[in-house]
Amino acid sequence: MTGQTPPDRIAERVAAATPQALATGVRGLSDRAIAWIFITPTMLLLLAINIFPLIWTIQLSFTNFRANRTNAAVKNVGIDNYTSILSDPDIWAAMQSTAHFVFWTIILQTLIGFTLAWLLDRKFRGHGFWTTIILIPMMLSPAVVGNFWRFLYQPQIGLFNYIIAFFTGVDPSSFEMIGSVQLAPWSIIIVDTWMWTPYVMLICLAGLRSIPDYIYEAAEVDRASHWRQFWSITIPMALPFIMLAVLFRGIENFKMFDMVNLLTSGGPGSTTEVASITLKREAFEKWRTGFSSAFAIILFVTVFGLANIYVKALNQVKSR
Amino acid sequence: MKKLIAGATALAASAMLAMTPVAANAKTITLCWAAWDPANALVELSKDYTAKSGVDMKFEFVPWPNFADRMLNELNSKGKLCDLLIGDSQWIGGSAENGHYVKLNDFFAKEGIKMDDFMPATVTGYSEWPKGTPNYWALPAMGDALGWTYRKDWFAKPELRDAFKKQYNRDLEPPKTLDELVDIAKFFQGREVDGKKVYGAAIFTERGSEGITMGVSNFLYPYGFKYQDPKKPYSMEGFVNSDGAVKGLEAYKALYKCCTPPGYTDAYMGEGLDAFKSGQVALQMNWFAFFPGLYKDEKVGGDKIGFFVNPKGPAGSGSQLGGQGLSVVAYSPNQAEALAYIKWFANPEVQKKWWSMGGYSAHKAVLNDPGFAKTAPFAADFLVAMGQVMDFWADPSYAQLLLSEQKRIHDYIVADKGTAKEALDGMIKDWTKVFKDDGKL
Repeated sequence: MTGQTPPDRIAERVAAATPQALATGVRGLSDRAIAWIFITPTMLLLLAINIFPLIWTIQLSFTNFRANRTNAAVKNVGIDNYTSILSDPDIWAAMQSTAHFVFWTIILQTLIGFTLAWLLDRKFRGHGFWTTIILIPMMLSPAVVGNFWRFLYQPQIGLFNYIIAFFTGVDPSSFEMIGSVQLAPWSIIIVDTWMWTPYVMLICLAGLRSIPDYIYEAAEVDRASHWRQFWSITIPMALPFIMLAVLFRGIENFKMFDMVNLLTSGGPGSTTEVASITLKREAFEKWRTGFSSAFAIILFVTVFGLANIYVKALNQVKSR
Repeated sequence: MKKLIAGATALAASAMLAMTPVAANAKTITLCWAAWDPANALVELSKDYTAKSGVDMKFEFVPWPNFADRMLNELNSKGKLCDLLIGDSQWIGGSAENGHYVKLNDFFAKEGIKMDDFMPATVTGYSEWPKGTPNYWALPAMGDALGWTYRKDWFAKPELRDAFKKQYNRDLEPPKTLDELVDIAKFFQGREVDGKKVYGAAIFTERGSEGITMGVSNFLYPYGFKYQDPKKPYSMEGFVNSDGAVKGLEAYKALYKCCTPPGYTDAYMGEGLDAFKSGQVALQMNWFAFFPGLYKDEKVGGDKIGFFVNPKGPAGSGSQLGGQGLSVVAYSPNQAEALAYIKWFANPEVQKKWWSMGGYSAHKAVLNDPGFAKTAPFAADFLVAMGQVMDFWADPSYAQLLLSEQKRIHDYIVADKGTAKEALDGMIKDWTKVFKDDGKL
């Protein structure tokens, strides 16, 4: 017999195993004090790796500090870094590239992800297999994805150009996905959509499967068309999940770095230089630590503010 | 029992003997550099140092695209990974002023190492800071400059020679001017050679690190570009954006547009080597450091490859300086051993062996040897190139200056934004701001 030990027996054992001195000390503590004892290590860790760097970054953002010149005197520059950033056309260009990337990836990933989820929810034969296949891209490392899409986009030997050429009849080496100013922004959108649509699909699928069957059965009794069921039941009930997927992808893509860096390095020129690449160049190549701290704070406040507004909207949708 | 004791004694003795070399080589120093062909040659060469000194050598080689990021992070964090560092020439100002490198003047004086024994361009480029002053922070270790390779076997084909002569009214020979170079690239672009479509030239267009700057400089210098007014330091108006500089930039863009392989929008030395080795291009811009390896290449080396110096432009000659100096890292706990390595490396005999193994010595004992020009097919061109080199800024803020040029030039050449004049004016604007922030203007 290896059945579970009853809880009271465990408690008795713990009590018996606690040294007398400690037991005496603990006996006098309130529940609140014990709770604090348990959460204090976590709080300290959070302060050390999250709050302290944030406060330090805020402090640095008002200075001219450079991490590569630690011997130089650090001067307080007030809000100069913030005004320089907000009046810098290159920074605004980077923000525009980021907005373009975030907007189109969210639109495409939501549309394709929801469509795939809706199709997979039909539970046709082999749907489990196809779900697994579709999920593969999101399991890959962004570094791997960036590198192999670079090959796929290669005008002379890349498979992507050959597929486009096959369907359109154009010469495969006549266009350059990552070398053309017009196509490069779309090249990173295509790769991100290929990689992360499965993630959106997965969340949407969870939403669709959470809709009880009896609602559709009641709609059938009321002779509601499939179209009407889709717009009046499926979409409203899956909407909180769709919105959640949009929130996750929006935050992720706002700080997108690795895949874009590997695919285009921000080029051609500065066409695909999203905000995080600009930030990396300022912080770790130009070593303008104070300036880049201010930029990081601006990005943080932007994402945090937008995410908060969005979460409020999400809560309103859920409470309907 | 006696046998047992004797056996144990013998075992202990043999164990001690086995440990002796380990004890002798107990000290280990680490040399950091970029991962490329010359680094492999240095590993072989350094075996002589270990044999002579008993000091083991460890090597930390980082691929070029990440080399600056990795090593400058290491220096800025006062890391102890590297005892010796063969750092890029542009790092010398920052590394000297921020205390990353050990100043070598006293050491050179004590050991009798004279900077006059090295090629002047390499001393200025790799060792001095401030430039033009006798303050030395590195020993010239790897002389390098930009040069060109061409497909000698294609140039020798009678049908191609005839077609070229008919089109350009001159023989198909390595170019003497940049205009001739562009003509040759145009001639080969899209042409069928040995049943395969080939392209004109592999040039530097890389955006992320330093590629396009290192490439375009070889057109800017011969067209008259200068970084600053020689009489008024950091005054750039009329020098960076002179009429000649504008024409040089336009000429590089024209070469990029007419004569590079498809998709050649983000290419540096690795991509150039790939394009040349795979038989895609007739001409290749690259560093002399790669030429020994290319000459040995089974497919395109030997009789099939030729070399030439960066051709002249309307304002004269000019080549981009490459190469690096060997420095002792100030945070190293093994500075004595690191200095001893430099002393050994500066020896003329070691320098001769360094050249013979594929490294580019900057020592006059090697380069001024009457037979040097015939030691390799590219040796004579190397000497010429080293006599006409110019280098990018080496100020502590070089990274800001470099990234600005990368952006402005890539925007103009690859992304077709604005004009050449606007790109160069933009560079002056960015650079002026950097120098003002640094208190130099």
